[in-house]
Amino acid sequence: MGLQAVFFYLFAFVAVASAFMVISARNPVHSVLFLILTFFNSAGLFLLTGAEFLAMILLVVYVGAVAVLFLFVVMMLDVDFTQLRSGVLEYAPIGALVGLILAAELIIVLGGATFAPEIAGSGAMAIPPLTERQNTQALGDVLYTDFIYFFQIAGLILLVAMIGAIVLTLRQRDNVKRQDIAAQVARGPANSIEVVKVKPGQGV
Amino acid sequence: MTAELLLQSIQLSMPEIILAVGAMALLMVGVFSGERSTSMVTGLAVGVLIIAGLWLLLVTGTGSAFGGAFLADPFAKFMKVLILIGSITAMVMSVGQAREERINRFEFPVLIVLATLGMMLMVSANSMIALYLALELQSLALYVVAAINRDSVRSTEAGLKYFVLGALSSGMLLYGASLIYGFTGHTGFQEIAAVLAADERSLGLVFGLVFVLAGLAFKISAVPFHMWTPDVYEGAPTAVTAFFAAAPKVAAMAMLTRIVIEAFEPITPDWQQIIVFVSIASMILGAFAAIGQRNIKRLMAYSSIGHMGYALVGLAAGTQAGVSGVALYMLIYMVMTLGTFACILAMRKKEEGNVEEIDDLAGLASTHPFMAMMLTILMFSLAGIPPLAGFFAKYFVFVAAIEAELYALAVIGVLASCVGAYYYLRIIKIMWFDEATESFVPASGELKLVYGIAGIFTLGYLFIGGPIGAAAQAAAASFF
Amino acid sequence: MMDGFFATYAWPALIILGQSLLLLVALLVFIAYVLYADRKIWAAVQMRRGPNVVGPWGLLQSFADLLKFVLKEPVIPSGANKGIFLLAPLVSVTLALAAWAVIPINENWAIASINVGILYVFAISSLEVYGVIMGGWASNSKYPFLGALRSAAQMVSYEVSIGFVIVTVLLCVGSLSLTDIVLSQRDGLGTMVGLPNSFLDWHWLALFPMFIIFFISALAETNRPPFDLPEAESELVAGFMVEYGSTPYMMFMLGEYAAIVLMCALTTILFLGGWLPPVDFWLISWVPGVVWFVLKMCMVFFMFAMVKAFVPRYRYDQLMRLGWKVFLPISLAMVVITAFVLKLTGWSA
Repeated sequence: MGLQAVFFYLFAFVAVASAFMVISARNPVHSVLFLILTFFNSAGLFLLTGAEFLAMILLVVYVGAVAVLFLFVVMMLDVDFTQLRSGVLEYAPIGALVGLILAAELIIVLGGATFAPEIAGSGAMAIPPLTERQNTQALGDVLYTDFIYFFQIAGLILLVAMIGAIVLTLRQRDNVKRQDIAAQVARGPANSIEVVKVKPGQGV
Repeated sequence: MTAELLLQSIQLSMPEIILAVGAMALLMVGVFSGERSTSMVTGLAVGVLIIAGLWLLLVTGTGSAFGGAFLADPFAKFMKVLILIGSITAMVMSVGQAREERINRFEFPVLIVLATLGMMLMVSANSMIALYLALELQSLALYVVAAINRDSVRSTEAGLKYFVLGALSSGMLLYGASLIYGFTGHTGFQEIAAVLAADERSLGLVFGLVFVLAGLAFKISAVPFHMWTPDVYEGAPTAVTAFFAAAPKVAAMAMLTRIVIEAFEPITPDWQQIIVFVSIASMILGAFAAIGQRNIKRLMAYSSIGHMGYALVGLAAGTQAGVSGVALYMLIYMVMTLGTFACILAMRKKEEGNVEEIDDLAGLASTHPFMAMMLTILMFSLAGIPPLAGFFAKYFVFVAAIEAELYALAVIGVLASCVGAYYYLRIIKIMWFDEATESFVPASGELKLVYGIAGIFTLGYLFIGGPIGAAAQAAAASFF
Repeated sequence: MMDGFFATYAWPALIILGQSLLLLVALLVFIAYVLYADRKIWAAVQMRRGPNVVGPWGLLQSFADLLKFVLKEPVIPSGANKGIFLLAPLVSVTLALAAWAVIPINENWAIASINVGILYVFAISSLEVYGVIMGGWASNSKYPFLGALRSAAQMVSYEVSIGFVIVTVLLCVGSLSLTDIVLSQRDGLGTMVGLPNSFLDWHWLALFPMFIIFFISALAETNRPPFDLPEAESELVAGFMVEYGSTPYMMFMLGEYAAIVLMCALTTILFLGGWLPPVDFWLISWVPGVVWFVLKMCMVFFMFAMVKAFVPRYRYDQLMRLGWKVFLPISLAMVVITAFVLKLTGWSA
């Protein structure tokens, strides 16, 4: 058992334990913080498999941006989670039963079956050493060539999501004064100051 | 992928690229010219769709692009033309309602164009990844469009319900796709078919197949994944419902056809029994559940569930005749649905605005004879009375089923369509024999045009059916 | 067996530990003087004396502050979420120091020279927002919470433009390794027109607009004035740190300054040629690279301090406008332009 294995079990254990805490923590903010811990450990697992680019992107995108906004929202919403949970127990037995049946079926099927040999082969395929080919480069090589079609559709999906969020939530408020930088800059003494000669003793 | 291959791929997918670029350009136009630009953007969007359609018909060839992920064949072309016609018609019909209700936003036509793009990509999808991405593109746009009237509780509820259930079905589809990838080692349809033909099929693969079919059945709102349909149809603004009922159904049906006929051809008995069950359940539920409806949009929802069941009869046959029956069925269904929704959109009263109760149609024959005439023709056709178009649609799928020795399916189908005729005939009775109440305001020109054309098409299908049937057969031939 | 264990694991681990400790101590002392410099520069601009009592010219002021904070009693508000309240300053300081693991202060002088170094630094600096949010939320008080919300929006917004700036640099370099980024600045615009290796080759000249955007975004990312809205004393008392005192407060300050120094180091590496000497002249090349590195960092920090002294605080909507409507489009356009220029001229490696 090498150092790799030690770290693998460390990351895996913390990831699973904190994933469990995500759904069992009483405070929703704690749940999100445990979620972040789970992401962090998953990034560690990615690193161990040699996918350093994925690990870092997971941190930057999920932990650094998505989870921050998540936390933001959870903190702002004053949701009483104990009240939300009160209904869960009523349905828990039925849900558990359905889940168990589904799980049992899947275990029977997947336990007895073998995955396609192509997949097994690709898992065992040797990864070229990092000095020869880094996976950042490898990803860059295929993203805009072999997978350009998928990549572009994914981009369009994100565009739709963005339009949707704006359409459904943006409200133009009428009685708000907005800053117009161009107007501010363009304003000069000619159109804003009036020089008045005031005769002594008369006022304006 | 070399530059040459890429260029070839771009040529094949040019209509889609026109739509994508057009949608982005329209978005810029809308953003920079403000909220009042809606009618201009709508006009331009119709223009973009027409250009894409013309390009598709006149320029685009056939072949596979982007490393096999995108397939342009006669079937795809046929279905894409249908989708474009459906989208254009729905957009034209939306103009009047958009002005009255508060969906007067330039994003609406842009989202419709993007949804249409998603549908066209669905039809051409030739691998699991392409299929999933195209489906998501279409669905996301539709979720937003369903909730576009965001100040109405019903509309937002419809959007939210559609979103939650749609996300669930996408999850199932994705799970199934991953199982299929796991057991075949491929995501491309041809490669999957090759592996299935060579090896014995494993149980895990059937699980994947079931999950994929469940996900797709949701998209065509077939029983038992139909629950969202009536609520979404009722809650969304009518113009949006008209769009939902036409083009997305065509796209999802085309996608379902392609995946079972192309990728799972070697294990036909496995998917056939699922499709047969879904088809029977949809036909029966569509026929019986519609009887008690008072809201015409809910009624159309159950009607569309039933019609999907009939179309699936052709698919269950799995033969060339069956697939051409499906193509033809979708064409005729789309025309009838668009015509009917044009009539529903024309149900406007002076004070109340748009009304949706079936009883509001009372005495339509005396107040608006032309509209009553056309709606009657469309209802007869939806019920499948000869010699209207709806009859031929059903006829071809049932014949295909009988040729494939699916006698029980055909018999149940005929019986269900007899039951279904009841509620269509009830509408006709209300229009012609009940006392007139308050009359509708005169329909706008574009609505008259749409239901007029739809009515004349269904009435005269006997005379123009030949070339259309030939086109459907040519489309189906691309699989066999 | 045991020999193998010592040779493969124990000794390298000890060596890395030693290096880390050395770097940490050096860094902490450096930060102490950076704090002192910050106060002195600010005072000089305002014609005050600044700290001048503890030690000669006040040089020991930071250490006196340290002692004072450590010896004070930590106060935890009764309504606070105790665990997170104490965790927040720890997160803040640990993350700011962790990023230093990959910073090369001279050729091959990095504790871990990893091939995605710049991504690692970017990831860690994007996590620094958590210290602020956690602290603000756990205090269970209005001002800290408002400060935390401001900070979350601000840091996420400016990360976007920082990301694009880094992408333009990466386009020019062709590697994510920090060492490669520095080494690629040996040759550049200057050598292209026939001059010997000099400071004209560094990226600051070739990517001048990006350099400016990066500098301003770095100010916002580290909550430095004029973007110190999360702790704006005139509106939010002291923002997310209101409820903190003694050692936890000191750790927040330490984390903040460690992040600032990190940004200075990053600016040095990305745009100012890292440890490379400014001109290729025997006397100057003979000076060790680490001296140049520290000097450049000090110069960048001087700019940080001067901005703090000169520029009035932004309003929050102006801050958001600057980030999303000015920097994001410009940096995005620059990525495209840079890529085009590199491709068309064939300058890319």
